[in-house]
Amino acid sequence: MPEPDRSSGEIFSVENLTVTFKTGTGDVYAVRGIDFSLASHEVLGIVGESGSGKSVTAMATMGLLPRNAVITGSVRYEGRSILGLSEKELAPIRGAQIAMIFQDPMTSLNPVYTVGWQIAEAIRAHQDVSKEEATKKAVALLQTVGIPNAEARVSDYPHEFSGGMRQRVVIAIAMANDPTIILADEPTTALDVTVQAQVLSSLRTALEQTGAALLLITHDLGVIAGFADRVLVMYAGRPVEVGTAEDVFYRPAMPYTHGLLGSLPRLDSDERQPLRQIPGAPPSMTAEPVGCPFAPRCPLRADICETEEPPLRPVGLSGNGAGEAVGAASGHVAACHFADQVVGMPVASMFPATSVDQEEVAS
Amino acid sequence: MTEIPGLSPGEERLRIGTTEAGMHTIPSVGPADPRSAPDSSGLAEESRGQLATVVWRFIHSPMAITGLAIFAFLAISSLLVGAFWHYSYTAITNTLNAPPSWSHPMGTNAIGGDLFAQVMHGTLQDIEIALTVAVVATSLGTLIGATAGFYRGKTDTLLMRFVDLILVIPVLAILIVLANKVSKESSDWFYLALIIGLVSWTYVARLVRADFLSLRERDFVEASRALGATNRRIIVRHMLPNAFGPIIVNATITVALSIVLESTLSFLGLGIQPPNVSLGLLVDQGQDSATTEWWLFVFPVIFLVILILSIFFIGDGLREALDPRKSRVRA
Repeated sequence: MPEPDRSSGEIFSVENLTVTFKTGTGDVYAVRGIDFSLASHEVLGIVGESGSGKSVTAMATMGLLPRNAVITGSVRYEGRSILGLSEKELAPIRGAQIAMIFQDPMTSLNPVYTVGWQIAEAIRAHQDVSKEEATKKAVALLQTVGIPNAEARVSDYPHEFSGGMRQRVVIAIAMANDPTIILADEPTTALDVTVQAQVLSSLRTALEQTGAALLLITHDLGVIAGFADRVLVMYAGRPVEVGTAEDVFYRPAMPYTHGLLGSLPRLDSDERQPLRQIPGAPPSMTAEPVGCPFAPRCPLRADICETEEPPLRPVGLSGNGAGEAVGAASGHVAACHFADQVVGMPVASMFPATSVDQEEVAS
Repeated sequence: MTEIPGLSPGEERLRIGTTEAGMHTIPSVGPADPRSAPDSSGLAEESRGQLATVVWRFIHSPMAITGLAIFAFLAISSLLVGAFWHYSYTAITNTLNAPPSWSHPMGTNAIGGDLFAQVMHGTLQDIEIALTVAVVATSLGTLIGATAGFYRGKTDTLLMRFVDLILVIPVLAILIVLANKVSKESSDWFYLALIIGLVSWTYVARLVRADFLSLRERDFVEASRALGATNRRIIVRHMLPNAFGPIIVNATITVALSIVLESTLSFLGLGIQPPNVSLGLLVDQGQDSATTEWWLFVFPVIFLVILILSIFFIGDGLREALDPRKSRVRA
């Protein structure tokens, strides 16, 4: 098999992907058009709150959605369209080329098998190796992801592991076949904060060992900040801001991103800032929104926001604000009519604080 | 990751809670058994394999182990009696209608047959039939139930309506028609077992379907699909083992019920045909003389009841042993 060129270039691209669920009470527009691509070795983070379509996007690309989901657009893996392939055609790609890590390690492992068996099973699903060889590789994988005493632990059942350990087992399974891409769907959400760091370091090891690209889906901006090369912020089924981690975190150009960052406790700055909140709730996805879906919650709302949904536009082209030129060159785009004004705006002027003791904080 | 060497597990755990460095320490417990530590909930999982746990719980249930002992005793002794007892079940002696005595422990019947040999052979015959039925019904029911539950939709509707169809036809009516036809053409017990099996798979099918409907929504099934497992692999290797508990329990119940069914048929003269004997046939033959030659009726009935009860006890013990809610014990 010719080794695909892993040094550069796109290996995975999603174009104008939409997912609509046909339900008894009407259509649900879960994903309303998303484009992104993944270069080899790249880490792309997708952030957004619950219901913004992050997980559905990942599931759709893998063909894992239920039958009532209508998917349009295109998903290409190494130039080949994989959307709409049959289960049979997808099976050799899943796990071997594109592996997936699920959110809850408590339920994503089979309770009746030892973890060693499950890792070996993942290997044997794609490679023609003996049971002994597969088990030997399972031990090595467990060591790689940082399970102590792997030789003994390989014959333990999932219920004998803690949550963080189980997620590391899941990571070991994902890297078992040296995939080109790993899709991680909220890999740390179900875990304790202290364990998250360990699991993330296992995930980093997995990336280093396999050389895989990572699509990291999470609502935890802290995880994204430490991990992703590029960030895609999703809201109401569409990307609202895409850029390098640097651009998105330091020069956010969409009020929603601003709000998300303002709601994050910062331990790295000396300045004491009250946490900000984004008032309101995300819109219901049962109807296609008219205008900008974030408008009802947006502090900068204007008349145009009510009528026209802004497309993704390069930031910094109009020559106003801190992101000028830098943003445009790095592919920083945002879906906001006032993107260039938002860049550099202090978050305190946009969103209210979560607590009332502002005087106390200020003094 | 920083390791803290030279600390016993307890100290190390303390350290993790208190120091900055500990935050990134994998709580390595060293070569000592890492499984013996109870988790934070104060509950400890029993640190054995699942099979070992089930076996342990089974043999520690007095009822289950009694049932198993009686069943094993009946099966083994019926084999031994068939091989070594000085009368065969087909033998005809010239002692007619004799009450129990040393040479005929259960007496003889009107044509001089030794009832002990017949009862023991009948027991063996019932066990053979029952096990065959269990295998046929369980495999057929599992196959159909798993297919319906996994694929849902049209496949499910079609298969389940077929199950309903078989369920609404009175079982005894089908058996009477089929058994009558078959037993006239062939006196082989195997065909009888096959027929009983072909009508008793429906409960297994519904059970397995229900289990699969819930299993298919579990994350690990999705995860194995995401790892490239084919449908067949998911069903056979990932889902079926998770449904083993109820399937096995149901199989035991099928064993007991098929003995009842076989006895009913034989009692009606549609089951096992002479000169072969089964317990049901013996009860049928003994009922006329139940008040005079009581042994002809009482011994087969006692054996039939004991056999069925022992199997129910085993099934009950298995159900308890396989119950996942009992897998946790207070540490």
